[in-house]
Amino acid sequence: MKPGQQRQERIDRGIRIRSDGLYALMSWRELSYLTLPRLALIAGMLILPLVMPGMYWQRVVSIACIYALLALSFDFLAHFVGLVCLGGAFFVGTGGYLAAILNTSFGLSPVMTIPLATVLGAALCTLLLLPCLPLRGVYFAIVSLMYPLFAMRVIEALNILGGTDGILGIDSFSNRWVEQYAVIGATLLFLFGTRRLVNMDIGLVLRGVKDNDQAIRASGMNITRYKMLAVFIASAMGCMSGAFLVHIYMWSGISQFALDFSILPIAATVIGGSGTLAGAVIGCLILVPISELLRDFGTLRIVFYAAILMGFIVFRSEGLLVYGQRKYHQFERWTTRL
Amino acid sequence: MTPEPILQVKNVTKAFGGIQALNGVSFDVYEGEILGIIGPNGSGKTTVVNCITGFIRKTAGEVFFRGKDISRKPPHKIADMGITRTFQIMRPYYTLPAYKNLVIPLFSPRAKRTGGWRGGGNLGDRKTVGIDILEEIGFERDSFVPYKLASSLPTGYLKRLELARCLALKPDIIFCDEIFSGLSMSEISSMVPLIERLQMDGITLVMIEHRLRELFRVANRVMVLNFGEKLMEGTAAAVMADEAVKKAYFGSENIEELVGDVNG
Repeated sequence: MKPGQQRQERIDRGIRIRSDGLYALMSWRELSYLTLPRLALIAGMLILPLVMPGMYWQRVVSIACIYALLALSFDFLAHFVGLVCLGGAFFVGTGGYLAAILNTSFGLSPVMTIPLATVLGAALCTLLLLPCLPLRGVYFAIVSLMYPLFAMRVIEALNILGGTDGILGIDSFSNRWVEQYAVIGATLLFLFGTRRLVNMDIGLVLRGVKDNDQAIRASGMNITRYKMLAVFIASAMGCMSGAFLVHIYMWSGISQFALDFSILPIAATVIGGSGTLAGAVIGCLILVPISELLRDFGTLRIVFYAAILMGFIVFRSEGLLVYGQRKYHQFERWTTRL
Repeated sequence: MTPEPILQVKNVTKAFGGIQALNGVSFDVYEGEILGIIGPNGSGKTTVVNCITGFIRKTAGEVFFRGKDISRKPPHKIADMGITRTFQIMRPYYTLPAYKNLVIPLFSPRAKRTGGWRGGGNLGDRKTVGIDILEEIGFERDSFVPYKLASSLPTGYLKRLELARCLALKPDIIFCDEIFSGLSMSEISSMVPLIERLQMDGITLVMIEHRLRELFRVANRVMVLNFGEKLMEGTAAAVMADEAVKKAYFGSENIEELVGDVNG
């Protein structure tokens, strides 16, 4: 047989069809086919801090979860609402500074500052991004990239909010386990929350905004309202990660508006699998520890980091989770072309 | 015919820079009728619909719906009042299956208020109601068709999906922008009874068409546009007999003269 006369075909596994819908409740095998991958992720993330060799690596897990929240926010906005937002750093900075102010000026504990900074920060970010919401595609991306740069320069030039020194003396969490599991819990909550949301009827409307906003308007719905709702949810995730960050570092400064917080989550989303949400979290759990491991190489760190990223994007451009899901749900076989 | 029109269009004018796309077009639409709009390419048929439904801003002119001025309202407000439209280039939500395409309009404030075309709205499961609507509009219920991704549906089904998206809102008026174009004869012959049934349901239809034979079968009145101006308005028979309409379509007052010139 000549090469080229055969092609690979992908067929859904029988168990995937059987476990679709209510029928999954019929047997333990089908039930576990559906729930095991999800339970594995939850259990894995809950065990992670316990198996880390020391406090340094436990801190790395917290930072990875903070980036995971940002990556979730990017993935949700870009792939389910159609807004490619490069302003992740703006959400982090807003949430971070708000938590810092609430803590140092009003004396609120982290239990109060984090939820407050999440809600107030999200409202503030949505309000400030409101004029840009009619923009689409690359135009929204560029404008949203300007926001963190703008905020950084404003704080520096006007010397407000502690200027370049930042705000010092912020309370940390009562103990490191609280810190660890608060961040992990928030990540899991938002992961499953957004997954649920995009499959609800209102989530379908958001996906419709991405596909075809004119048809949404022709159906008598205000696009800006739905974009506002989406930006509020996404910026809430970003602001929460910022609030966690300042309480972990006990310091809030203009480096929270640094572009790392915009760019690294995007790289993680690409590696994990765009549009899967869980892929964004997994991408962060891979990229952030790699970046720490490469510290031994000193200045060569960025070179290796970039090489790994390029390798992933060239050879596994679909993303790890998309690849994994395909292998899990389907089998492949060679057939002869007729 | 009722004396009070459901939709009054008065002197609608639209200029794209120096190009006068519409120049003082006025017409009335009466409740329950089918009005056809025809005209050569570039005569401003789609622009009229875009102006009425608010998708582009008029340079001048007014539109009244049941006596209320809707000239300056945004498109989603106009759709919310019950004036819906299909798009000439189909605009489904390509990444969603056909029945989920209908969940979106069923989620709109108007569908929640009116209950959608055949009930449903926020009462029932929107996915089931979506499949119900698709079945009535010609998707085979027990086949895979309603569950297929919109990107994999053929043109005939996409045109029906456009219509279904309007129907989910329980509209008063539907503007159909070239709903027959690109369809095979057999697809058109199943579309015509559907249009007639919508009229029997009390929906007013304004149809923009190039397929004149099929349009003249269903339309009560026909309006002819040429170079952004209204040429004439009347029954299908009157339009076909009109000399000015022939001139607009063939470009010359005397076709024999033109043919004679070519033959030398």
